[in-house]
Amino acid sequence: MIEIKDLHKSYHMGKNSLHVLKGINFSVSEGEMVSIMGSSGSGKSTLLNILGILDEADEGTYTLDGTLIKNLNEKVAARYRNKFLGFIFQSFNLINYKSALENVAMPLYYQGVKRNIRTEKAMHYLEKVGLADWATHLPNELSGGQKQRVAIARALASDPKVLLADEPTGALDTKTSYEVMELIQGINDEGKTILIVTHEDDIAHMTKRIVNLKDGIIIDDSVVTQVRAKSEAYV
Amino acid sequence: MSKLFSRDSWAEIIEALSSNWFRTVMTAFGVLWGIFILVILLAAGNGLENGIKQGFNGMATNSMFMWSQTASQPYKGLPKGRRYNFKTNDVPAIKQSVPGLRFVSPRNQLGGFRGSNNVVRGLQTGAFNVYGDYPEIIQQQPMDITSGRFVNYSDINEKRKVAIIGSGVQSALYNPGEEVIGSYIKINGVNFMVVGTYKKKGNNGDPEEMQKEIYVPFTAFSQAFNMGDVVGWMAITAEDGYSITELKSQVFDVIKTRHTINPNDDRAVGNFDLYEEFSKITGLFTALNFVAYFVGILVLLSGIIGISNIMLIVVKERTKEIGIRRALGATPWSIRSQILLESIFLTIVSGMAGIVLATAVLWLVNYQLSGMDTSEMMFINPSVNIGVVFIALTILIVSGLLAGLIPAQNAIKIRPVEALRTE
Repeated sequence: MIEIKDLHKSYHMGKNSLHVLKGINFSVSEGEMVSIMGSSGSGKSTLLNILGILDEADEGTYTLDGTLIKNLNEKVAARYRNKFLGFIFQSFNLINYKSALENVAMPLYYQGVKRNIRTEKAMHYLEKVGLADWATHLPNELSGGQKQRVAIARALASDPKVLLADEPTGALDTKTSYEVMELIQGINDEGKTILIVTHEDDIAHMTKRIVNLKDGIIIDDSVVTQVRAKSEAYV
Repeated sequence: MSKLFSRDSWAEIIEALSSNWFRTVMTAFGVLWGIFILVILLAAGNGLENGIKQGFNGMATNSMFMWSQTASQPYKGLPKGRRYNFKTNDVPAIKQSVPGLRFVSPRNQLGGFRGSNNVVRGLQTGAFNVYGDYPEIIQQQPMDITSGRFVNYSDINEKRKVAIIGSGVQSALYNPGEEVIGSYIKINGVNFMVVGTYKKKGNNGDPEEMQKEIYVPFTAFSQAFNMGDVVGWMAITAEDGYSITELKSQVFDVIKTRHTINPNDDRAVGNFDLYEEFSKITGLFTALNFVAYFVGILVLLSGIIGISNIMLIVVKERTKEIGIRRALGATPWSIRSQILLESIFLTIVSGMAGIVLATAVLWLVNYQLSGMDTSEMMFINPSVNIGVVFIALTILIVSGLLAGLIPAQNAIKIRPVEALRTE
């Protein structure tokens, strides 16, 4: 599903250049649930941005679902993001003045899906994350966990190949974190490929494979036994 | 283009604009004010123009009046300072040799300002201007025939002694309610039958004096008052498409040839060129219109800059939102078009509101004016025509586009990564 070969990325700030990714080789096959770990500055967010076609690598190749991602213009990049990827952010990044339902319907809007079909589909995904009753609420009327679940529903709405989550539980308390992880695990169980960037060990262990980044290179890539997030157990 | 008509993009625009009502309204007010000023200025100019041009009230403005003066240069043995008169056969000669003239009306006049009493009816007497005229004069200097008729060609051919009198004459010579048509008045001792009455409109000259005139057939005038073939002066009107200002030198040439006047003698023929005066006034209003547009558009411009400014702030504020949208698959074009549509929409809505407001004010002014007698006012019917409204709308659309251009460009310059970076 994802194939990365010898990926390099540097940032230039004035005269200083910062070599963030120093040759990453990495692949994810369909249905995997991978966590990318590393301390801050290890390059994990940069890697995720490149995977999310939000940023472009300086060197190396990135193939997503058989499509080479290179030198895309913004229009094509936008289409690929919409078609291939679903994003989940640490700060939820919902649009404040839109209701939960409208937020979920956004990716479909950019796909050019008709209004009634869009609402129907969005409602379906809201049901899936258990927030059908909150469809008309604005994000600031929802709790953190609910917001993240709306964000997950939104990420799923366009039926992407890969879900990219950047610290999905970073802004949540433990209980809510586990609820969200339980949901994400459920989605993975249905066969969706998921990549999670996190620096929390317990969250990482709820995935099936942990990739450890340090100073721009992968120092460890191991399959782990998945710990099921059972929210009740931690209450 | 399909975006323009999609319900979704409009829903987005309304949502975005209504998320900060107060600011949106304040911004919109700048444009509202600009277009308001533009429309009011144009309408005021129009009102003034209507008022001034009312003075010309239907007068054939492509006209000149021409009278004989004294030759100021000796010519062919004739001395300078020689008097001469236009003759009746100058009229067909002018018509024949100068193409493009519509009317050449010879006129004669009797009496005048502070003249002695020259008209008698029974015991009443009065001093009035008496004109000998051809029927065409009514098309050159319009008047309303309030009863009876004006001079016609039968009168001319048969030299009938008939007269058309003004309302001022009527009130001086007749008792109220007395039958006027068919009665006789004595002008310089000659009886004329009154066949019509008139009333003149317009506010140039003395409105009181204008009603104290008597019109009689030119031929009858000549015979009754011993004018022979002398023509006092002429009112000449050019055809539409010709300008009397360009034709008048040809007319003068004909006169000069026929009366043995030095071709270079500019003072022998006196004239008043109504068209030239009218053009000056028209030019004045063109300038006034230009000033109105200039000032109005500048005021509007400051409103537009306000919108552009706010859109820049909006883009800045929504950096994150734009980043999110980009991550969800929004193309740069969809972001750009949304910002552009927002700014155009805001401009047009506020501009429309300005136009409506201005129209309301104009309606109020017109309503106030309608209660008064405007015939002698300098300011009537301030209004703008629909063309001007369309021009204003075009200006609005274009300026909305311009106002949105820089912010929209800024919006797509934002890279999604930067927009999404958590602080």
